Amino acid sequence: MADDTAREEDHEPGASGGEPVADEPVSAPVADEVAAAVVARFAGSVFVESHGQSVVYVDRAVMADVAMLLRDEEQFTMLVDTVVVDHLLDGSRVSVDGVVPERFEVVVNFLSHARNRRIRIVAEVPAADPTVPSLTPIYPGANFAERESYDLFGITFEGHPDLTRILMPDDWHGHPLRKDDAAARVPVTFKGDPSPR
Amino acid sequence: MTDFWSKEEARLERQTDEGAQELRATTREVVLAGGGMWPQDDLGDTMIINMGPQHPSTHGVLRLMMELDGEDVLRIKPVIGYLHTGMEKTGEELTYVQGTTNVTRMDYASNFANELVYSMAVERLLDVEVPPRAVWIRMMMCELSRMSSHLLFQATNGMDMGAVSMLLYGWREREEVLRLFEYITGLRMNCNYIRPGGVAADLPDGWEQRVLDVCDLVAAGVADYDEMLTQNPIWLERTVGLGVITTEECLELSITGPILRSTGFAWDLRKAQPYLAYDDVDFDTIYTTNGDVYDRYRIRLFEILESAKIVRQCVQKMPAGDYRVQDKKLTPPPRSRIDESMEALIHHFKLFTEGFKVPAGETYVAVESPRGEIGCYMVSDGSGKPVRMHIRGPSFYNLQSIGPMGSDSLVADAVAIVSSIDPILGEVDR
Repeated sequence: MADDTAREEDHEPGASGGEPVADEPVSAPVADEVAAAVVARFAGSVFVESHGQSVVYVDRAVMADVAMLLRDEEQFTMLVDTVVVDHLLDGSRVSVDGVVPERFEVVVNFLSHARNRRIRIVAEVPAADPTVPSLTPIYPGANFAERESYDLFGITFEGHPDLTRILMPDDWHGHPLRKDDAAARVPVTFKGDPSPR
Repeated sequence: MTDFWSKEEARLERQTDEGAQELRATTREVVLAGGGMWPQDDLGDTMIINMGPQHPSTHGVLRLMMELDGEDVLRIKPVIGYLHTGMEKTGEELTYVQGTTNVTRMDYASNFANELVYSMAVERLLDVEVPPRAVWIRMMMCELSRMSSHLLFQATNGMDMGAVSMLLYGWREREEVLRLFEYITGLRMNCNYIRPGGVAADLPDGWEQRVLDVCDLVAAGVADYDEMLTQNPIWLERTVGLGVITTEECLELSITGPILRSTGFAWDLRKAQPYLAYDDVDFDTIYTTNGDVYDRYRIRLFEILESAKIVRQCVQKMPAGDYRVQDKKLTPPPRSRIDESMEALIHHFKLFTEGFKVPAGETYVAVESPRGEIGCYMVSDGSGKPVRMHIRGPSFYNLQSIGPMGSDSLVADAVAIVSSIDPILGEVDR
């Protein structure tokens, strides 16, 4: 795993290893108190600072619990955005200590109006089992975004009330934003050919 | 539901990982109406009516599935995707130099916000600071764009309510703003003017007077609208108390911008998390407390005046200096240098064929567009093209407010409610 030098310089203080256990020196605590709360509560979470923004890598199984913690205890009033990244062809991917990289990353942006700050929660999702818990029951605003992620990447959000295609046609095959789904490679329909729909 | 999923999984398994699409299934049994499992229950006396996707009051190709009981709307579900052109996929194929050409076509009514958020994301990954003049030019153009976008809203909103003359008035003033865009950037709508590293060109001679003239003209127009509509009993009858949404619902549904501010929550990223030079200008955040269609009209009307105020201050305080970063790897050399310097020619050629490389990393940048928080999540792997370029379109999230706003209204009111959300379908579908 090739570490990106610029990023490592930036983030060395925060990337303090995978487990918040006692053998880590207490002298380098997580600078961000919300991230510290998440890291303390959920073993295996890793905090990094990316370009001045707080990012916490969590296990995908605890995504919903993290969202509950952020909403109920840390005043994060809004789920701003849900994004999926496909790292299939990513040549020099930034690696984070303590995080096992997988093909997909589900990135959720939270905003706290009361504290006027943001936090990003990232979960690694393997290609073999592309499922994460849905955050729609906790933050209803995630509804469209999770449908979009399902539509374009094929990530299944478990517990979503209406996980259907949103941008692509209902009878579409594949998930267009995946890196192995080439753009514009659609079968050509000739005159007289039965319509695909 | 389970039956549907097993079929869907079977279809996905058949898909090759090589990227080629298999021919689509010929059976149509899994095709669902409008992308959803809705409605599932027995309808009884109610019926489902589709409004759109070609209905003139749906602001583009938005389709609304409405469950009606007589003329009462029981439920509304927006069905989108008719304008989906895969712009995020396209964004992965374009270099960072070409990227703004792509994103400027998303929210075509306020294109500068798109270009700005894209450029700011690239600059943050590059760790580049743009010169002050570029910052102020960007701010001025974004505010002019906010004026043109809200003028478009006034025009279409008036028409949707039946005040058809508003269409002509709104277009009249907006046209002047677009003429100013053409004068400054060379293009009326998809300007591609804000680019990573600064802006495309310096302001032309005599821009101050033209910008001030447009501000005066628009302010006069706003005074006209205010006089014509704000206290107009027909207008009040049509809009007050209609499509009410609360702050809590807005926050839950990730709704930002004028809709959130109409509920009494004065959240504006220009004030809360200032970017560009919004710290150095004096303006107010407009907010109201009722959260209805009338309040959203008022907020957008008076935000035009606040934007004009910012633009006037930009004219006054515009700093001298470079309008883009003087980094030959990032911005092209001046045209005159290309004739006399081989290096300049090489830099120019390399920049426009290969673009520039951006260090690996990821970042999220958010700014306040006329519709709310527009964000750009950019992932780079150190090459000349982004791995992922995602735009968080405010209209996409704001459309979710149709549910709470539009239930238990009349069909005619649904038109007014959609209009007051002010969605731009280019941004919703991307």
